[in-house]
Amino acid sequence: MATQTQSQFYTSLKKYYTFYTGGFITFVVVLGILEWMGTPNRALGYMFLIATIGLYAGIGIMSRTADVAEYYVAGRRVPALFNGMATGADWMSAASFIGMAGTLYATGYDGLAFIMGWTGGYCLVALFLAPYLRKFGQFTIPDFLGARFGGHIPRLIGVFAAVLCSFTYVVAQIMGVGIITARFTGLEFQVGVFVGLAGILVCSFLGGMRAVTWTQVAQYIILIIAYMIPPVWLAVKQTGVPVPQLVYGYQLQKVTALEHKINADPKENEVRAIFKKKADDAKAALADPAKAYAEGRAAAEKKVADMQAANAPAEDLKKASDEVAGYPADVAAATDKWKSDAKLAARAAPLKPHAAIFVGSGKDDAEKEADSNKQRRNFMALVFCLMVGTAALPHILMRYYTTPSVKQARVSVFWSLFFIFLLYFTAPALAVLVKFEVYNNLVGSSFANLPNWVNLWQQVDPALLSLADINADGIIQRAEIAIGGDIVVLATPEIAGLPYVISGLVAAGGLAAALSTADGLLLTIANALSHDVYYKIIDPNAPTSRRLGVAKTLLIVVALIAAYVAGQKPADILFLVSAAFSFAAASFFPSLVLGIFWKRANRTGAVLGMLVGLGVTFYYMATTQPWMRGMFGVTSPIADNMWWGINPISAGVFGIPAGFIVVIIASLLTRAPGAEVQELVDHVRYPNLEGDIDTRAV
Amino acid sequence: MKLTAKHEEYWQRNLKVTAILLGLWFLVTYVLAFFAKELAAITFLGFPLPFYMGAQGALVVYVVIIWYYARYMNKLDIEYGVQEGEE
Repeated sequence: MATQTQSQFYTSLKKYYTFYTGGFITFVVVLGILEWMGTPNRALGYMFLIATIGLYAGIGIMSRTADVAEYYVAGRRVPALFNGMATGADWMSAASFIGMAGTLYATGYDGLAFIMGWTGGYCLVALFLAPYLRKFGQFTIPDFLGARFGGHIPRLIGVFAAVLCSFTYVVAQIMGVGIITARFTGLEFQVGVFVGLAGILVCSFLGGMRAVTWTQVAQYIILIIAYMIPPVWLAVKQTGVPVPQLVYGYQLQKVTALEHKINADPKENEVRAIFKKKADDAKAALADPAKAYAEGRAAAEKKVADMQAANAPAEDLKKASDEVAGYPADVAAATDKWKSDAKLAARAAPLKPHAAIFVGSGKDDAEKEADSNKQRRNFMALVFCLMVGTAALPHILMRYYTTPSVKQARVSVFWSLFFIFLLYFTAPALAVLVKFEVYNNLVGSSFANLPNWVNLWQQVDPALLSLADINADGIIQRAEIAIGGDIVVLATPEIAGLPYVISGLVAAGGLAAALSTADGLLLTIANALSHDVYYKIIDPNAPTSRRLGVAKTLLIVVALIAAYVAGQKPADILFLVSAAFSFAAASFFPSLVLGIFWKRANRTGAVLGMLVGLGVTFYYMATTQPWMRGMFGVTSPIADNMWWGINPISAGVFGIPAGFIVVIIASLLTRAPGAEVQELVDHVRYPNLEGDIDTRAV
Repeated sequence: MKLTAKHEEYWQRNLKVTAILLGLWFLVTYVLAFFAKELAAITFLGFPLPFYMGAQGALVVYVVIIWYYARYMNKLDIEYGVQEGEE
């Protein structure tokens, strides 16, 4: 390939990936025929798993390299279109693919903060960072901090922030791989984690960025096909139009009408009242568990005794004695039960309409108004943090080092967002279509006659879907359905009545999303350590072979640590992933942007700005987020520590401005940077200058 | 390397287009979200307008912003003679 010109290379890439897409579709069709001929579902699941991971491994092996620039930035010849696809796969994680539509299902309008935040951030990438970083042309984001601000300290803070953000994120991806593999092949979760790990490693180990890039393009194609088919089918089923994004506004109107009907239904109120009573009882019991435990036990036993004395019917007597037998063995067990019962309060609340915008709750109008304003503030703060965080995550920014030119880098951001947009504007449609299906077809039908997909998913995982006839009327009320977010994407093929092969395809898509993001993140962490710490600081004279050896060793070590942590199933991982956005935004964004747009920014400013940005964000989370408070032993009431009622997930909204202000003030108070820094800034601002310096790394 | 007045002008024009596009980005994201409740009565394709903007409209504007910026700057490079050589 080395002898090809860039345009020949582009032409042959287009040819390869067209064949590849055709081949993949043929593969799915063949599996569909096998299913029709009676191949069991589990075997189809294995075939998808083996075929796709084998494919990624094959691309990884074909892209192996011993060249430093190939390993770190794919030889800087990835055309804009393909870099866009690779960025799309790099960006869209297991959470985007599987969780996003579920979040939208659960939260309606509020969830759109994620849709806007995770797409609008690319405007900042395009306008402030991508073209300039490409002109700079080195290997990592800490590289830029090191060159622009001078000295090892800015670089090291950059390494620390990059590892902090990327590691939590990669753990979540590996967990996603484990869950998907376990569900569709029946392997243990821990085994699934290591299968996924192998898939990640064969790809990135041999070929670094080059292998990751070409695998990510392949993964994007799989994940977008897999995401699109079920909503299109569902839209045809519900409306007769195969463009869900265009027609779901009218489905949303129907959902809104159904919500009114459900909220007014006396049977629904009955179910909610039962939940409320249970939750209230549990809360009362939790006030003094020991006393409540003794009283509850005595009451249950007394009931049996009374019934025996009154010669009650055998059926009632059996029910009462079952209650005694099932009574928790000790106070601790009872406390656990009450704690979970107390959470039923959420199910006692009336439906929040999907299209409702910032509806405040409170005793009077003033309270409602204040609550509504607080929701609006939080919505906007979250959008802001997600956007700036997007534009500061090193594994995304790094992708723009791989294009052949500044010009292509600019176009490549367009393709990136375009490919991401395809999935993100489908997710809200999917959420509404599934909600219509549940409210219109499931609610009001009888427990004796449940649809197929409901029976199936209740068995697979009760956390995803469980129905219980709370008020014993034989009819399904909305409040009797407990639904987990992930099911929205995972069960759509069955809801739409598609064959199992499409379910397998969706799983393969989720796997592709998780693996591609994990690839990019692992490479970011390993490169920050091998390139920035080892090569730039510890041993600048290291020969190429040793640099790559260190990079590959670190990649395996980091991957194993991440898999080990994922195997422990850390509970607060989702919070940590969201927190990564605030951390990335507050640490990198001010220094990177001011480094390009303000020549006067200097080392002191950047160092203090990054530290203060991180510090403020961290402080706010540590004092307001329950899990972090527990870790740092913060006991003062949360309400006292909140600033303007902003949720801890959006802590970056304070950290980002703090970072900007500190960079500016500290720079102005200290000496202006020297002439070579001025020259560097001019260098990155102009795609081509006569007599220009060359900063490209080799 | 000495920058000419023409180079300076290129950078100023870049800053100007960046500022305008950023203003548009701010408008469709934050101004619309701020007035979401007031705009909810307007219906578009069956959606309340702010819902549509959050789910689709703003996204389309973001894609167009980036497309326009790339086109504008790639032309500006040539106009000011700072474009790159053959790739």
